[in-house]
Amino acid sequence: MAEIAIKQVAKRFGGFTALHSIDLTIADQEFMVLLGASGCGKTTLLRIVAGLETPSQGEVWIGGRRVDHLPPRDRGIAMVFQNYAVFPHLTVFENIAFGLRMKKLPQQEVERRVNRTAELMHIEQLLKRYSGQLSGGQRQRVAVARALAMEPDVILMDEPLSNLDALLRLEMRAELKGVLAASKTTTIYVTHDQVEAMSLADRIAVMHQGHIVQAASPVEVYRNPAARFVGSFIGNPPMNFIPATKTANGSWTVAGLTLPGPKSDKHKIDFAIRPEDVDAGNEGLHATVRVIEPLGPHTLVTCDVEGGLFRAILESNATIAVGDRLRLAPKADRIRWFDPETTNAL
Amino acid sequence: MHGKALPYLLLMPATLFLCVFFLYPFALVAFEAFTRDGGFTLDNFRTMAGNWKFPVAFWNTTLLAAIVVPIQLVTALLMATVVSRLETGRGAALYIFAIPLGISDLAAGLIWLAIFDQSGFLNTLLSNLGLVDRPVMFLGYQSKLTIFIAVVLAEIWRATAIMMVILVAGMGLIPREYHEAAEVFGASPWKRFVKITLPLLRPSLQTAIILRVILAFEVFAVVAALGGTNLPVLMGETYNWQFSLQDRNVAAAFALLILAISVGLTLFFLRALRVPKEARI
Ligand SMILES: Nc1ncnc2c1ncn2[C@@H]1O[C@H](COP(=O)(O)OP(=O)(O)OP(=O)(O)O)[C@@H](O)[C@H]1O
Ligand SMILES: [Mg+2]
Repeated sequence: MAEIAIKQVAKRFGGFTALHSIDLTIADQEFMVLLGASGCGKTTLLRIVAGLETPSQGEVWIGGRRVDHLPPRDRGIAMVFQNYAVFPHLTVFENIAFGLRMKKLPQQEVERRVNRTAELMHIEQLLKRYSGQLSGGQRQRVAVARALAMEPDVILMDEPLSNLDALLRLEMRAELKGVLAASKTTTIYVTHDQVEAMSLADRIAVMHQGHIVQAASPVEVYRNPAARFVGSFIGNPPMNFIPATKTANGSWTVAGLTLPGPKSDKHKIDFAIRPEDVDAGNEGLHATVRVIEPLGPHTLVTCDVEGGLFRAILESNATIAVGDRLRLAPKADRIRWFDPETTNAL
Repeated sequence: MHGKALPYLLLMPATLFLCVFFLYPFALVAFEAFTRDGGFTLDNFRTMAGNWKFPVAFWNTTLLAAIVVPIQLVTALLMATVVSRLETGRGAALYIFAIPLGISDLAAGLIWLAIFDQSGFLNTLLSNLGLVDRPVMFLGYQSKLTIFIAVVLAEIWRATAIMMVILVAGMGLIPREYHEAAEVFGASPWKRFVKITLPLLRPSLQTAIILRVILAFEVFAVVAALGGTNLPVLMGETYNWQFSLQDRNVAAAFALLILAISVGLTLFFLRALRVPKEARI
């Protein structure tokens, strides 16, 4: 049992606040992905859980035990560092074996685990090399193998696949997910690659400037962003936002279209829709086509709507041309509304 | 002219300087060591080795080096570890530890003489405490052991900082992430020191040890101040032959011997603490 509870954890570096009172619970055996832009505090949060950084306030619990005063080695964790930290004076074999030797496991068991994880990471032919003789991606896989070999209750991974080519990354991603599920490990996985986050996570915690904006399942995060930031950060191309003006209570005008919406005492709120959730037709948002990018089965059409950019993914259709005026009908159940001041979902 | 030749051209002045002021005198000394009255001979070395003081001086010097250098190495590693961990005041601590570096070896010897002398601090302290009735002769000609200990103390006091400064610089070159990774993977502070710090510090250890060993075999002024001629060492004998016995050829033989020991030990430590190219940071 290794549930992780992060309670009101904040971190200040001098006058700069890197983390604002973070609350996050990760269930036993859950795969939690921390997703956010560069500099939002992902690594800092991971290092606090690992014990490499002391929180300025708050508590960290692992497996029902308060650990924020414990050194890293007493927390039952393994970690993949963002900059790998593969020891330069040890061979790949000894790097992977490092933690096992510290645990004083018998040589036979050490060899078994090193060989197994090396095979998993496709680095079995590199075991005799030194870190200086490896490519960035190979080094990264050594770092992952070193953590997996520990068979820990909790594994913390800081962008462990960031340096691999697309194909290898896809393969490693699948392997990691399989191994970690089979070994019943609780995982915190940092990435800024949203596709990776979507495909791996049980839950995604979206971070923004030291806050966790939303922690929910991938589908929930995608479909029901809790804040405007989540909608614009997740999804490629991102969600479209258009200002909406109140016409009556619960009725809003958006780019020439009147829609039922939330009851609010505000006059202006933001209407939001994902690019794939509109259809071209006779009714809908008034749009002028600016750019057309065929993607094969679909076409990405970038338009002007209310003087702002609007992206729509439409069925491939040879008749659309730049300068055309389109009507884009949003799917009613996919429309979301946001408060322009707090940026939260309404 | 540009390209490959340029680095060599830039090194030229320094090379010339070395040749004129080092290689030439060295050649002269070597020539003197192997000649007497104009002819080639090994007599100078025979005279050197045949003198009754030679084995004593040789063993004294070796023993001093064998005792002082390891103690200094451990002390310097300890101090460097402490200094490296300081978050504030690291500069101040370094300066304080490095004060003895600014004092010449003769002055250092004199400072310790002032402590161990018959009318020195130690005797004053002991008699004020009522532990002795009259001053003790710590450094008399019968008390070779006390002289030896005094020299060891003075040498440690004087030259540990040079090793520490080198090691502090070396520790600063080891990225923090290696210590952190070792910490996460279960290494205690002692294990981290042995498994991470020491191996990654090898290049600096090499420099520090070589420098210190060479200096140890050149020990002279501290011994002269504390022991006079009661504790013969190789460098002291060189001085003796050159100036008291007025035999430049034997003195040159001594100088060559010290050089040979230094070169030999340097080569030994270069090999022993070599870091393979692929295993560097
Ligand atoms: N030791 C430190 N001292 C001062 N500021 C720091 C320190 N470590 C991190 N920061 C700051 O805290 C913020 C969060 O850093 P962090 O490394 O957690 O970002 P990240 O989300 O991991 O980014 P990336 O995706 O680029 O790795 C950044 O603005 C960074 O400049
Ligand atoms: Mg990071």
